[in-house]
Amino acid sequence: MTITEEPATEAGVIGRRILRKEDPVLLTGEAVFTNDMKVAGALYMAVLRSPYAHARIESIDTSAARAIDGVRAVYTGADLADLWAAPMPCAWAVTEDMKNPPHHPIATDTVNFVGDGVAVVLADTDAIAHDGIEAIDVTYEPLDAVTDLEDALSDRVLVHEELGTNTSYTWNLLVEETDGAVQRAFDEAAHTVSERYVQQRLIPMAMEPRAVVAVPQPFGGDITLYSATQIPHVLKVMIAVTLGVPEHQLRVVAPAVGGGFGAKLDVYAEELLCVALARKLGTPVRWNETRSENTVASIQGRGQIQHVELAADSNGKLTAIRVRLTADMGAYLQLITPGIPLLGAFLYAGVYDLPKAYDFSCTGVFTTLTPTDAYRGAGRPEATYAIERAMDALAREVGVDPLELRRRNFIRAEQFPYEAFTGLVYDSGDHDKAATIAADLVDYDGVRARQATQNVEGATKRLGLGVSSYFEMCGLAPSRVLASLNYSAGGWEAATVRILPTAKVQVVTGTSPHGQGHETAWSMIVADKLGIDPADVDVLHSDTAIAPLGMDTYGSRSLPVGGVAVGMACDRVIEKAKQIAAHQMEANADDLEFVDGEFRVTGTPSKATPLAAIAFAAFTAHDLPDGLEPNLEAQVTYDPPNFSWPFGTHMCLVEVDTETGDVDVLKYVAVDDCGNQVNPLIVEGQVHGGVIQGLAQALYEGASYDTDGNLQTSTLAEYLVPAASDVPPLTLGHSVTPSPTNSLGVKGVGEAGTIGSAPAVMNAIVDALSGLGVRDVPMPASPNTVWHAMASATAPSDTATSSNPGGTT
Amino acid sequence: MEITVTVNGTQYTHDVEPRTLLVQYIREHVGLTGTNIGCDTSSCGACSLHLNGEAVKSCTVLAVQADGAEIRTIEGMAADDGTLHPMQQAFMENHGLQCGYCTPGMVMAATSLLRENPNPTEEEVRIGLEGNLCRCTGYHNIVKSVLAAASAGA
Repeated sequence: MTITEEPATEAGVIGRRILRKEDPVLLTGEAVFTNDMKVAGALYMAVLRSPYAHARIESIDTSAARAIDGVRAVYTGADLADLWAAPMPCAWAVTEDMKNPPHHPIATDTVNFVGDGVAVVLADTDAIAHDGIEAIDVTYEPLDAVTDLEDALSDRVLVHEELGTNTSYTWNLLVEETDGAVQRAFDEAAHTVSERYVQQRLIPMAMEPRAVVAVPQPFGGDITLYSATQIPHVLKVMIAVTLGVPEHQLRVVAPAVGGGFGAKLDVYAEELLCVALARKLGTPVRWNETRSENTVASIQGRGQIQHVELAADSNGKLTAIRVRLTADMGAYLQLITPGIPLLGAFLYAGVYDLPKAYDFSCTGVFTTLTPTDAYRGAGRPEATYAIERAMDALAREVGVDPLELRRRNFIRAEQFPYEAFTGLVYDSGDHDKAATIAADLVDYDGVRARQATQNVEGATKRLGLGVSSYFEMCGLAPSRVLASLNYSAGGWEAATVRILPTAKVQVVTGTSPHGQGHETAWSMIVADKLGIDPADVDVLHSDTAIAPLGMDTYGSRSLPVGGVAVGMACDRVIEKAKQIAAHQMEANADDLEFVDGEFRVTGTPSKATPLAAIAFAAFTAHDLPDGLEPNLEAQVTYDPPNFSWPFGTHMCLVEVDTETGDVDVLKYVAVDDCGNQVNPLIVEGQVHGGVIQGLAQALYEGASYDTDGNLQTSTLAEYLVPAASDVPPLTLGHSVTPSPTNSLGVKGVGEAGTIGSAPAVMNAIVDALSGLGVRDVPMPASPNTVWHAMASATAPSDTATSSNPGGTT
Repeated sequence: MEITVTVNGTQYTHDVEPRTLLVQYIREHVGLTGTNIGCDTSSCGACSLHLNGEAVKSCTVLAVQADGAEIRTIEGMAADDGTLHPMQQAFMENHGLQCGYCTPGMVMAATSLLRENPNPTEEEVRIGLEGNLCRCTGYHNIVKSVLAAASAGA
């Protein structure tokens, strides 16, 4: 493994800060988002949603709605029951005995969360459709809600009575060198810590709400679904299964998509409803999600209670880890709801060298709340939060500086590739280096010295420095590993590279970008390989008729899986072109090299044929080698041999006002290593956005529910997505440690910022207040919460803390 | 009710329901869909446009209130020959957008900000844009874009 400071390909296109080709249409309003589509004759759908978290539907009177001028149809769950060939899909049965209650797009007899669909109206305009749902009269028999995770575990109130329990599953991962190794390690430990953290529910809040347009071909039978989704390919398969639509007659398109962050990585009721109703009526049906619907009817993220215990020797070297998770599923299992905590299950040892003494268990629990599912990082931010907060607790216990404790435990650079206690192989890394760069950027020793003088008794502004080192398991994923986790799909990605007769290039990718800049980055990969200008490359994506094969975009997978596939397809095209070049140059193919976009006879650079000439020759097919097919095109489906393992260290410097509890972030340093960077401009943008989403979890955001299961933060007026004035500028550093497992040496970067940042911020706050006896501050660390943490630390009491990640008050 | 407005230099007359919001009018009647809708509480600013020269959230204005007004939307920012407005150019050069959904509103709010304060500090840019939410960029490069546009005299 090599470690370089500079991009691997200094002379090529890779590593250059090329401006995005996506931008002009987005900057001018020319981009077409799903809600922008003009579709003649489309009926607008609106969904009546339950105002109760848990209730029986006694009766639904739709007569007044039907009477409204412009309302074309009203349907209840009972009216539509025949349309569903199967319940809504959950693709991840994490255990054989996992409980998964049937979930249909519209409820029939009971509702199980505020926002559950009860009836739909189709009308000539969006406004009339909403008038229609206002006019529907539903009589409910309210049932008890269950919003607190530990209360839900007790089965005092059952969400789904027929299951007889609220526990969906318990999943265990016990890794021991010898039987009883974990308990022995704890018995013999010089130091132990036992921590409890709450991951509050978060609302992903992509700026574009969801939108759906289904356009049928009434006589031909084909149907096209346009959806603001991250997963057009997965959606196509799932709709075929769920609605019984012949898959070959179904086309799914994700037009311009305004962010996803996991919330558009799902199969939603409204997508199924629009397709089913468009087929039933033979007319286009469309739906636009309002923001207030989005907060209850799209998935939420996080929602865990974490108990983490660390055992360490006298030097603070970790000897065992025990983790007990309770994970909030919400009312139903969506596409990968139960698997989210498992994506973190392998990461509770973080970046540290842990012996085989690891005991992890997670219990998934139903509540009467909006279903949870993937949100940026999906399981990995939660895991990183727990270990990085616990490492600070251990540092206090051992009596060493938190950075020093981390250095004592880091997997060392020379240990890579490193086979972890789980059997997973970490591809490459240099944690000490990333931490050193971060420490230099934040002036670590200088800050510690300032703290000694500033954080004196009676100080009203206390300085805190938080450290977080992370590993991210991304690039989902080797299909065989997914199989071992009982996931219902593979983790491959497809790419086609097609050189057109005039030497322009089309790339077809199975990734489905929604802000990540794949058109630019894939063009750069192709340009670098083929020796052409990135402007001569067009990237086609997100339409199953154009890009029929794909596994879409999530889990920081697009570059390390999809981008690598694009590079491999280029290599195959070059190989084919070389055969044509050899034939035409009357040379042996083995004697040809491909340099700067032309084939040269090795040692005779004057004898060269440009790729453009080969492209035209492949098109005319007048003079090809015997048996060689015309045209220059290659398709690759790449199944990665390993995850990719980006890593880094973040450091956050805060000042906490002890009189108000206000937290001021003075400096935020993020050092991220995602291997070779295709376009550093895009990498930095991903880190910026990721860091602020994690910082927002730490300081501002939380889906707050009352005990009746009403979301109290159901609009952007209450749910505090930070504005520019709420967040600091960011200081980025990076190192480049290429991944040895793929041909581009790349790793994913989409989630890294979010994974590293929340613990850095919270460790900083606790660090600032540790002199006052504060050991933990719950997220989000609002001034009120911080103030109460200080108050309860100075006046110790046994007041129980809320056990609800939903933040029930 | 019948209203007449000028949008990006073209005059339109339409009969609208009194409850129609300006953003709905621009999108559904005028047919310009560059102005996006991101919320229903006037919190996100995605629908910002210029009403008589000043940035407003067009979900806070009824279409009938805009009768007789001059309106400029994101579609009216680039020059007729396709040259981007300096603010659009600055966003492109500084990677001030990712998914692009908040971008039209950001560009409209930022140009209005610079009209009021041609040489803002970083802090003034952050405060000036606090009515416009972005979920992708963490604002770092948006702020950088606006400062760059200010330096360029946008």
